[in-house]
Amino acid sequence: MTGISAIPPGLPLLLGALLLPLFGPRVRAILALGLPLLTLALAWQVADGVILRIPFLDYELEPVAGDRLSRLFGTIFAIAAFAGALFALNRARVIELVAGLACAGSAIGVTFAGDLITLVVFWEALALASTLVVWSAMTDQSYHASMRYILIHLLGGVLLMTGIIGHVADTGSVTFTTMALDSPAHWLILAGFLVNAGAPPLSAWLPDAYPEASPTGMVFLSAFTTKTAVYVLLRGFPGTEILIYLGLYMIFYGIVYALLENDMRRILAYSIVNQVGFMVCGIGIGTELSMNGAASHAFTHIIYKALLLMSAGSVLYMTGKRKCTDLGGLFHSMPLTTTCGIIGALSISAFPLTSGFISKSMISQAAGGEHLALIWFLLTAGSAGVFLHAGVKFPWFVFFQKDSGLRPPDPPLNMRLAMIFFAFLCLAIGIWPAPLYAILPFPVDYVPYTRAHVVEMLQLLLFSGLAFFIMLPYMKRTPTITLDWDWFYRGLGLRVVRSVLSMSSPLHVRMRIGFLRRLGTFFGTLFLYHGPQGILARTWATGSMVLWVVILLGLYLLAYYY
Amino acid sequence: MKQHWLVRPGTIRLLWAVFLSVLALTVLASLITDVHAWFWLDGTFAFNAWYGFATCIGMVVFAKLIGRLLHRKDTYYDRN
Repeated sequence: MTGISAIPPGLPLLLGALLLPLFGPRVRAILALGLPLLTLALAWQVADGVILRIPFLDYELEPVAGDRLSRLFGTIFAIAAFAGALFALNRARVIELVAGLACAGSAIGVTFAGDLITLVVFWEALALASTLVVWSAMTDQSYHASMRYILIHLLGGVLLMTGIIGHVADTGSVTFTTMALDSPAHWLILAGFLVNAGAPPLSAWLPDAYPEASPTGMVFLSAFTTKTAVYVLLRGFPGTEILIYLGLYMIFYGIVYALLENDMRRILAYSIVNQVGFMVCGIGIGTELSMNGAASHAFTHIIYKALLLMSAGSVLYMTGKRKCTDLGGLFHSMPLTTTCGIIGALSISAFPLTSGFISKSMISQAAGGEHLALIWFLLTAGSAGVFLHAGVKFPWFVFFQKDSGLRPPDPPLNMRLAMIFFAFLCLAIGIWPAPLYAILPFPVDYVPYTRAHVVEMLQLLLFSGLAFFIMLPYMKRTPTITLDWDWFYRGLGLRVVRSVLSMSSPLHVRMRIGFLRRLGTFFGTLFLYHGPQGILARTWATGSMVLWVVILLGLYLLAYYY
Repeated sequence: MKQHWLVRPGTIRLLWAVFLSVLALTVLASLITDVHAWFWLDGTFAFNAWYGFATCIGMVVFAKLIGRLLHRKDTYYDRN
């Protein structure tokens, strides 16, 4: 344990974020941009192994433990925090900036946590901070969405904590290692992780809450919660078969719901579930190639998804509109936002020369290599579907299609810079993947740019595009939402509770009247004795006071002797 | 108001022509590319082209069917 490397890399960001409200705009800007960079530097100071041990009760906490996987996620979380802060600077409420950076700090805290207790502390901090990001849009919708959001995440936290207690009781160790699904405790831990990943049946929290955040807030949200879950799954449950099927469900759930969606940021929210599905599937396959694929896909996904949400956020910020039915033709006056949105859309679709191309294909390659035929075919169909729902649909309906007549300019400078930065990274990683491959958890023996791979991917994507334009008449946007599993608690559950209440209302009313009557008697008695005319509220003569003191002291003296 | 060059009918026809020729080119490229097939189906000619097209049509149709069942007005939950 030596000096600077013993500082948990997430901590300065988490605590520093809380100081932001104390400063004026200029110092705040320096802190908001500087803290993520400091965190990045700290993350790279952490060597392999456990750096810091703190005894706690009967256990030993390991708040700083590093390896290639934790540094990879620490790096991308810090970069995402930097770009998110740049995008939000002077545009977002201070509380949102605080919460967004606290999200990043907590997520980085999780990635360097060597034990389960530290992990769960940062895990819950992340849940709180992200709730605050949703809430800080300060609308009625965002308030209600943030409450639904935290309920689900507290449930996930309870599952996780219960599992951890069981795990510690079983094994006597708090160290966070690979787990097999051999005990109820491990199932609970997996369930806790999966809630944050947006896995079924609780995936609706994501498209429910994220789009209610502010234009800048959703950029923060997209980066941390689900990818922290991907990180802990990579470390805790590699090669767990059930993850393959959950991942596949998420892939097609994301596509189908995004195809039906009208709100541009909800399209992108469904597409987060879809992309995390690819990662979860890769973790389930569990080979070195697929794990590298999942890890690198998380890395590139954070960048292009943030880019897509920045371009959608810019549109929302400049127009105040979020529905595809109200938008269209924005390329006329927002050329930079359009270009960056298209670069993000191509990256998410894994178009050659963009970042998605060099990461996602590792996962399907691994499925092929393991001769998982059905899974390979579904992953390939899923890749085509990504282009359909995010690659073409998002830019087409927002920036092109019919002309909405809106002519807003591109957003302010800091927002433009953040978009340019991430658009640059999308292309740079796609063209020159070597630096990313060098920091992946396992040695990379994968060449993305073969002629066969490029031709296959171009065929797949371009023909998906053809399918999109042929099916365009069927894709006309309608002002609708699509019911999801959350209907069971937002629709059915609510109705059940209401009907129970209304059935029990006569009883309820009687109880209420009885209670109020008793309360009235109680206060009546109180008033009688303590009210202005009450016997206990009278002004007492000094003499009687002294008499009572003498009596009390006398009693005390007697008690002392006997 | 003068039409933006990108939305003129001529440009759109041109874009379609370019798009379709690129599609044709990618299919032709299959002839000169050694495709490593994992299974038999993916070894068929221009597999990714027809498979991508067919699955996308399938997904849109499936989404429409699901939508019929699960679509509600976007104010559905606001009534609560």
